[in-house]
Amino acid sequence: MPNRPTVAEEAAHGRADRRKAEKRAGLFRLREPIPDSIFTSAGFVVPALIVLVWLAVTALGLVRPLFLPSPLAIVEEAWRQASTGILFSDAAVSTYRIMVGWATATVLAVPIGILMGNFRIFEGALEPLISTVRYMPVVALIPLSILWAGIGDEQKILILFLGTFFQMALMIMDNVKTIDINLIRAGQTLGFSNAEILRRIILPAALPGIWDTFRITVGWTWTYLVVAELVAAQTGLGRRIMDAQRYLATDTIIFGALFIGLLGLITDYLFKRFGRALFRWTADR
Amino acid sequence: MSTPSKVSIDAVGKVFGEGEREFLAIDRIDLEVPTNQFVSIVGTSGCGKSTLLNMVGGLAEPTFGDIRIDGRPVTGPGRDRGFVFQGYSLFEWLTVEGNIRFALEKSQLSKAEKAELVRHYVQAVGLMGFETAFPRQLSGGMRQRVAIARALVYRPSLLLMDEPFGALDAQTRGMMQELLLKVWEEHKVTVLFVTHDVDEAVFLADRVVVLASRPGRLKRDLAVPLDRPRRYDVVTSPEFTALKRTILADIREETLKVMALDPA
Ligand SMILES: Nc1ncnc2c1ncn2[C@@H]1O[C@H](COP(=O)(O)OP(=O)(O)OP(=O)(O)O)[C@@H](O)[C@H]1O
Ligand SMILES: [Mg+2]
Repeated sequence: MPNRPTVAEEAAHGRADRRKAEKRAGLFRLREPIPDSIFTSAGFVVPALIVLVWLAVTALGLVRPLFLPSPLAIVEEAWRQASTGILFSDAAVSTYRIMVGWATATVLAVPIGILMGNFRIFEGALEPLISTVRYMPVVALIPLSILWAGIGDEQKILILFLGTFFQMALMIMDNVKTIDINLIRAGQTLGFSNAEILRRIILPAALPGIWDTFRITVGWTWTYLVVAELVAAQTGLGRRIMDAQRYLATDTIIFGALFIGLLGLITDYLFKRFGRALFRWTADR
Repeated sequence: MSTPSKVSIDAVGKVFGEGEREFLAIDRIDLEVPTNQFVSIVGTSGCGKSTLLNMVGGLAEPTFGDIRIDGRPVTGPGRDRGFVFQGYSLFEWLTVEGNIRFALEKSQLSKAEKAELVRHYVQAVGLMGFETAFPRQLSGGMRQRVAIARALVYRPSLLLMDEPFGALDAQTRGMMQELLLKVWEEHKVTVLFVTHDVDEAVFLADRVVVLASRPGRLKRDLAVPLDRPRRYDVVTSPEFTALKRTILADIREETLKVMALDPA
């Protein structure tokens, strides 16, 4: 077989590599790919622009620092919290609450969701109740949660639990229900018992979806954090924000919100990475 | 002839739903299938082909009548039957080999014998070199070959196939039909093959069964007296064309009937 000419040889024959021309053709063609480097940097440009505008607005004195402190004040606040160590003690307490609250919700939601997804009787019995209860505003339950769980960590964990459990059970039910029914039929034809089919077919088939549910719900717990630490808390990232409100410490509030967002983002990323490692078979080619 | 049937379907009917929504999907089908016969089942969409196949597979229960395999009534799914479903239905978390081996787990063979069987069937369906690939990495035709190997590896005597090639493009489909026939010539089993495609039905089978719609009934039972092994160019022969014409006319008649029942 004759060798194909290399790109360099093609170029020597005066046949230009068309990729350069493609790049110049522009970034605004409908649905056309753009270079990866540009795609990625674009994601940094927008936040950078926002910070620049923010910086300009505050430096020019267009708004009072009470309403919008300068980005530099936020950085200073970050430094203050980090150097005094309160940032880490707050983060540790909040992370602990989130982990316990989410883990409790998960430990219950997984078996309940799997039962609801596989047995119509459990779905019939639990789905209407859970579907209704999940619209309960969790904030409204704070007084009750204090009555039931006191004012310690248990109360915060309970709020985080209530905020995730019901939704999670329904999502896991869906994850289980959407697997291909023929996988179950194949298992039956091959002579496996119901318990074996559950463990060796339904579970692995639903697991990537369930993992995604984990990722999404753990994200919610971060957004529930402030609600959980709304009352009767001395420490925690959410508490710090609520305290700052009293002193009108806008820089503390903004930094706190950004920091919780950052932790949420990191959790999300970790779940995605672990998911990819755990479920390598879902990768294409 | 007094040879006992492999499959005997005796006045089988199926009703779905209850009360107001009761729906007669299949009405008294009788069918005797001798051992090692290849039977294609065709009919308009919704005429009950899958339902019939599922009942033979023990995945659904007939409302009326009896289904017997080797003279014994069907009470549920079992390893005497292999099933190939339309949508591949592979275990995505297992490799090609893993999928095929999974089907052997309930068998009493030794580890070495199982490995040998897996190897043999990987070869039979032409997947050498892809043993450790995951289904997601395979093309549609290759995935369906895994499904066929998985359904045959434990040596069921009855193979049930529900539009197995329905999702494939025309070229791949043709190759898969030839492959299926080749494997079938080597390992004879009784086959019930459901399809929409009349060419496919005639090309593969010893016999084509046409179902009528609403409710599903036996409309025609047609022998396919074409030589075996079949060559791909048999589809241009006058015998083939004549069979095809008969079946197409039946299906057209049924389709018109259904369209008159619920004009869209
Ligand atoms: N579980 C079910 N509950 C109620 N009706 C059903 C159920 N399964 C099938 N049916 C109905 O029974 C009829 C036959 O369905 P079936 O799936 O056997 O048709 P089919 O011939 O395989 O059609 P297709 O060619 O589209 O696959 C259809 O009208 C369908 O709507
Ligand atoms: Mg069908």
